[in-house]
Amino acid sequence: MPSPATPLTTDLVGEIAAQALWIRRRSFQMVYEAQQGHPGGDFSATDVLATLYFGVMRYDPKNPRDPKRDRFVMSKGHCTGAFYSVLARAGYFPEADLSSYMEPLSKLNGHPNRNYLPGVETNTGPLGHGLPVALGIAIAGQIDNAEFRTFVLTGDGELQEGSNWEAALNAGHRKLENLTLIIDRNRLQQGARTEETASLDPLDEKWRAFGWHVENVDGHDHAQLLEVLSKSPKGREKPLCVIANTFKGKGVSFMHDNVAWHHGVPTKEQYEQAMRELV
Amino acid sequence: MSVAAPSKAGLYDCRDSFAKTIEALAEADPRIVTVVSDSVGSSKLGGFKTKFPERMVNVGIAEQTLVAVGAGLANGGKVPFVSAASCFITGRALEQVKADIAYSNVNVKLIGQSSGVAYGELGPTHHSIEDLAWLRLFNNLKLIVPADPWQTAEAIKAAAAYDGPVFVRVSRMAVPALDRPANATFEIGKAETLVDGSDATIIANGTMVHRAVAAAKTLAAEGISARVVNMATVNPLDDAVIAAAAETGAIVTVEEHSVRGGLGGAIAEVVISTNPVPMRILGFPGFVPTGSADFLFDHFGLNETGIADAVRQTIARKK
Repeated sequence: MPSPATPLTTDLVGEIAAQALWIRRRSFQMVYEAQQGHPGGDFSATDVLATLYFGVMRYDPKNPRDPKRDRFVMSKGHCTGAFYSVLARAGYFPEADLSSYMEPLSKLNGHPNRNYLPGVETNTGPLGHGLPVALGIAIAGQIDNAEFRTFVLTGDGELQEGSNWEAALNAGHRKLENLTLIIDRNRLQQGARTEETASLDPLDEKWRAFGWHVENVDGHDHAQLLEVLSKSPKGREKPLCVIANTFKGKGVSFMHDNVAWHHGVPTKEQYEQAMRELV
Repeated sequence: MSVAAPSKAGLYDCRDSFAKTIEALAEADPRIVTVVSDSVGSSKLGGFKTKFPERMVNVGIAEQTLVAVGAGLANGGKVPFVSAASCFITGRALEQVKADIAYSNVNVKLIGQSSGVAYGELGPTHHSIEDLAWLRLFNNLKLIVPADPWQTAEAIKAAAAYDGPVFVRVSRMAVPALDRPANATFEIGKAETLVDGSDATIIANGTMVHRAVAAAKTLAAEGISARVVNMATVNPLDDAVIAAAAETGAIVTVEEHSVRGGLGGAIAEVVISTNPVPMRILGFPGFVPTGSADFLFDHFGLNETGIADAVRQTIARKK
């Protein structure tokens, strides 16, 4: 089995790119070995995750409940291939643990559990839970005038859950500049395109109408992501919504923008081809 | 900390006790915050809002976010008391209670206000007679149903002191202060025996406890010795007290809840697995017709007469 590890480069964008490549390779290996998972969404979210953990957030994996840490809430909790890979790579637990993904009694459940794994802030899986919890974290920070920021990554199909819009209303009302939502806008939900199911566009206008500052970016462009996510929120007086325009299955030709890879699992030949492409 | 003054002669609205206690706790502990869904008045939290305006989070009419924000506040180091009508904080936000609070195992206190059939005339949409059945399935969520103002205050203090998820069911129905020893204490998971007896045991909680005590007095006049247990904590149950109750040979449970899956169901699970004895579960059969809470209690036999009848009938089933 090919090693997922790749050497790091010295500049930040280059390092994020290298980490993203490692995460794609390692998460796909996890899905291949478990013959379960959500690799399409893993790949659409990978570049956002790599940018947050290796370019933006302040955290100490040796002190995972440090009150001053920046928080990340993985609302699209099914994409644990990418999420666990980034947590391991960030140092929260040994990379070797990734080999137990979805094995019986593994800590690496199909959806993340904060009581098993350091670095997980809240247990997700059912959709539409992450943003409302992140809202509460951000309100705690607002009450204390604390420095930490709260980031939450949702899918786009997930925005069909009404709970998100309750939270959107509240975050806008409270002008929570310490809260950043990143939408993994890959335009595919489990079975079809979002716009053919319950359309979301114009998505940016919806968030602006709810009182958010909106940035549209290429969700696979690390430099763009780094710029909008690392900018200080001070004085913005609005929560930030980053619409990360992505592709499901990004990085592997036969998975690219292909709904079949929402929870598709690779054959040996597909796995080997993917590893040849992910270099 | 004394309990709040009676709302009318000798009777108390336990929400007053909740409000007074949470204000006193918040004075001492800056981590305590309240979270409401436009439910300031119905939670009697107007005083809290005046004293600690920055520590009350009102999310508007949005129960899913209400509960989730509680989880987030706990993540941020707060001790949130999330308070709303019991029918909505449970049923409307059940998956948030499951995933964000119980399964995530966070330090959040859920306060189910005006539980049971307090909103009697408003009908089953506003009744909360399913809440204990739903919540009992989350094994790590402590469930407390206080019976009077003193116990409400003690339950709120115990919830604040406990590091983990707790649900406290607070009634707005007028109840008397129960007679208990001056040195009485409250502990999550410990039942209290209010009346000793050997022929049968009545196990009640919440608004039904004083009715159970009255029924025991009626029975005593007939020479029937009925024990009365206030099982304020539904999860975890006090198994030792249930075992002792089974030794009386007959158990009647009484609750302001559906007969399906509440206190009676919980006790039946223990009794059937340990020492099966005749049991009777008193409560509501399901959706109930319109009427005041007092009307509905009488209509379904959740009163001194109905409880006493059930005890006699259950004793008659003893082998």
